[in-house]
Amino acid sequence: MSVWSRIANVFRGKRLNHEIDLEIQSHMEEAIANGRDPREARRAFGSTLLYRERSRDVRLFAWMDSLRADAVFGWRQLLKSKVTSVAAILSLALAIGACTSAFRLMDALLLRPLPVANPERLYDLSRQGIGPDGKPQDFDGWAYPDFQLMRAAVQDQAELIAVSYSETGDLTYKSDAEIEKAYLQYVSGWMFSSLGIRPALGRVLTENDDLKPGAHPYAVLSHDYWVHRFGQDPAVIGRTFHMGNDLYEIVGVAEAPFTGTEPGTMVDIFLPTMMHPGVTHKDWTWHRTLALVKPGVAMEPMRQKLEATSLAFEEGRAKGFLGMTQETIDTYLNQKLVLAHAGTGVSDLQSGTRQPLVVLGVLVALVLLIACANVANLMTAQAAARTREMAVRVSIGGGRWRLVQLVLVQGAWLGALAAAIGGLFAWWSGPFVVNRINPPDNPARLLLPADWRVLGFGVVLALGATLLFGLAPALRASAINPVSALKGGENPHSRRRLMHALIAVQVAFCFLVLFVAGLFVATFQRLTHQPIGFSADRLLLLDTVAKLPQPQEVWEQTAEHLRSVPGVEMVAIADQPLLGGSSWNNSISAHGEVPNGVLTYMRAVSPGWLDTMKIPLLDGRDFRLNDVHPGSAIVNQTFANIYYPGERPLGQSFELVMDEGVRLKYQIVGLAGDVRYKNVREPILPQLYVPFRMAAGTKGKSEGVFLVRTSMTNSKALAAALREEVPRARPEFRVSRVRTQMEINQAQTVRERLLATLALFFAVVALILAGIGLYGVMHYSVLLRRREIGIRIAVGAQAGGIARLVTTDVFAMVAVGTLAGLGLGMASGRSIETLFFQVKATDLQMLALPAGAILVGALLAALRPIMQAVRMDPSSMLRTE
Amino acid sequence: MAKPDSLQGSMDLLVLKILSRRPNLHGYAIMTAIQDVSGEVLRVEEGSLYPALHRMEEAGWIRAEWVTKDSGRRARIYELTALGKKQLGLEESRWHAVSLAVNRVLREA
Repeated sequence: MSVWSRIANVFRGKRLNHEIDLEIQSHMEEAIANGRDPREARRAFGSTLLYRERSRDVRLFAWMDSLRADAVFGWRQLLKSKVTSVAAILSLALAIGACTSAFRLMDALLLRPLPVANPERLYDLSRQGIGPDGKPQDFDGWAYPDFQLMRAAVQDQAELIAVSYSETGDLTYKSDAEIEKAYLQYVSGWMFSSLGIRPALGRVLTENDDLKPGAHPYAVLSHDYWVHRFGQDPAVIGRTFHMGNDLYEIVGVAEAPFTGTEPGTMVDIFLPTMMHPGVTHKDWTWHRTLALVKPGVAMEPMRQKLEATSLAFEEGRAKGFLGMTQETIDTYLNQKLVLAHAGTGVSDLQSGTRQPLVVLGVLVALVLLIACANVANLMTAQAAARTREMAVRVSIGGGRWRLVQLVLVQGAWLGALAAAIGGLFAWWSGPFVVNRINPPDNPARLLLPADWRVLGFGVVLALGATLLFGLAPALRASAINPVSALKGGENPHSRRRLMHALIAVQVAFCFLVLFVAGLFVATFQRLTHQPIGFSADRLLLLDTVAKLPQPQEVWEQTAEHLRSVPGVEMVAIADQPLLGGSSWNNSISAHGEVPNGVLTYMRAVSPGWLDTMKIPLLDGRDFRLNDVHPGSAIVNQTFANIYYPGERPLGQSFELVMDEGVRLKYQIVGLAGDVRYKNVREPILPQLYVPFRMAAGTKGKSEGVFLVRTSMTNSKALAAALREEVPRARPEFRVSRVRTQMEINQAQTVRERLLATLALFFAVVALILAGIGLYGVMHYSVLLRRREIGIRIAVGAQAGGIARLVTTDVFAMVAVGTLAGLGLGMASGRSIETLFFQVKATDLQMLALPAGAILVGALLAALRPIMQAVRMDPSSMLRTE
Repeated sequence: MAKPDSLQGSMDLLVLKILSRRPNLHGYAIMTAIQDVSGEVLRVEEGSLYPALHRMEEAGWIRAEWVTKDSGRRARIYELTALGKKQLGLEESRWHAVSLAVNRVLREA
């Protein structure tokens, strides 16, 4: 016999009782067989029940046995009112699941340290200053020559590591016909040894792979890519792939789970920084600089040293900034170098979603609290219905702690079931949300381990929730006064006060959730209805690459060929699509003046591009086939307003001022309508279109986009055909990607859409939960006061009076809650302003909407209890009493 | 846990001793054996014998088994385990020490 048997006996209580009874019975039989009088023997034995109980307690854990009994009892209580139980469990499950899911996302993206040796000593270098637009800016991009100087300057205090912003590359493993995309990150060769990342196969890059520009065509795969792309084939070592004009050799696979330093992007292939085309450029900021600080190093002196080194570099570079005012140069140089902790990695996804995630986390936590309040109210009402039972238990000697345990165990049932369902929900919804953070063709990829951290969070949450909703009713139940309860005269008001307070809290939280959701939905709507200046309907984009630069004639021939494909209306060529995320900008000198510091954004386009995009030509003409870059230019209205206010821009000349003093001369041949260039949030930028065709003597272009306006609404139907038509027209070309302009436009607001959708979802959930809570409390108070209501009806009270009687208290609570929510909303709206677009937390409409929704919800919830009260038949009611 | 009764303390010793001499007794027989051997001086409270037996069984000193006797009645019989033998030695030496001490007090006080 052991601890184990004592636990086992808890679950075979009946058999245990039976066995003890049998033994006592055999004792009696023995006594009678020995000639004793049965009655005397029974008396001599004493209370069989008492001894059975004692024997039983010896042979099992008594506390466990009582727990088991309570669990069985609690389960029966849940089954008794199935609908309310299911509602309570589901609402709690949804809330717990959503909270766990939000935590899982935050943990994976923001909290979890990178899987490297010393994440706590890793920092990201950035510069803070005033941008060319006069606004504060914070940028962590660096030029490689600057990086080399800084690395040498602090080599005794820290190891600096260059890691490029991850990008997608077009590469081919076999023939040129099979282009595939992979995520690339150019990294310092010594990154692997510094961060303690060992090879899983072959070798990782070393310092020796990162010495001479262009001389180290070696690649290391991430473990994840090796598994997905190559099925863990060990023969991958030594294989080669083409990218651009380079042939790379795969030398190894990095150990799992390292997939680069950017949470949200899982890098497939690591390449040495020396292979990046920008590695020798002083003006190309293409990589981040991470610092692995040695233990015990003072940060501030090191920071100053880095800042001084970088400033000296930039000052040397600024001597070549011809044609810029001294003021602009000073502003540019006046930047502070900042070291920020990067133990959890650095990525745009992190900085872009930190605030939205926290806001969503708060929203789901509020929904959880609303659900908890609901369940607490439900259990309080149930406890009220069991007042007599509790009183009987207390009066026959049931300990008060046992009563607390009884109610808590029932709460634990709810909590455990809700946690189990919530866990499933979290397991499903985490990846679901991650896949929707970024546009569909470039989804965020995040390691979402469901390990002890997430599990622990879920369990703690469920326990906390159980205590939160179970404790108040449990304590209340235990504090029962059996005498007054059995007489039926217990004071009902104290219980109602608790429920009313919870209603006010619920309504306040509900208001807050609705309010924030309203702001997000309004933001999303305003963003999607921003005028963009061109038409994205039926516009298909073919990203096209060639191994070698191709002259304009080849591009035009291909476009001409595409025009003959059935279903194609118009075709034009551009270097990049609008709103696609790629920027090309320069300073302008008009009327021979010094550039004003405002950047003009450029696109290289073919004749017919304006028509294809449906951008109005306001003045002058479109490009012709013989227009070249540099030479002719079309500008937009904003450009004209800035440089030629009150003048006709047509025929005017201006110069493009480039780095190192190079100036290109243009003459304006056309004036186009304003369109959005980078981003639908920003004001319209001054824009300049130059011909896709380069001036004689240049090599042509190896990358471009064919813009195809199709005649059918579903332009994607033509995608496969057009992908094949391009190489058929000119074998030099490959289509690396097919997108629609609509997809690009939607990608602009994908986070706002996600935020609005999720917030709206939780707002609906919160409203429903609060409605259920209101209904429950009013229903309960009608039940409680049915005697009073019956008497009032009997003596001639009007229906309106009865309705007022039932609803006054609750609606007062709703009003209090709404006011509190209003205050909370105004206060918190300020702190998340940056997430809004053309919406303010103080807009009357934004405040009126949730208040109205809550009022309607409350009225709907009140309808049935009011009807019940008004339709009460006093004669039958009073007869039963 | 059961409340201590009058024979608590010596009850374990008596039961273990009886079982060491005569294995495979059932509860009633253990009770009568204690009465007989003590010359009717020691009486076991009948009901409280069973919680004590079950406690000792739980402690692993004795083990029990259901048997059908010749008379056709079923009975739960007990025997000592190795652990029980050790416990018996312990209880016996404790009893001797106590009775020695009590005797000394009676003689010398």
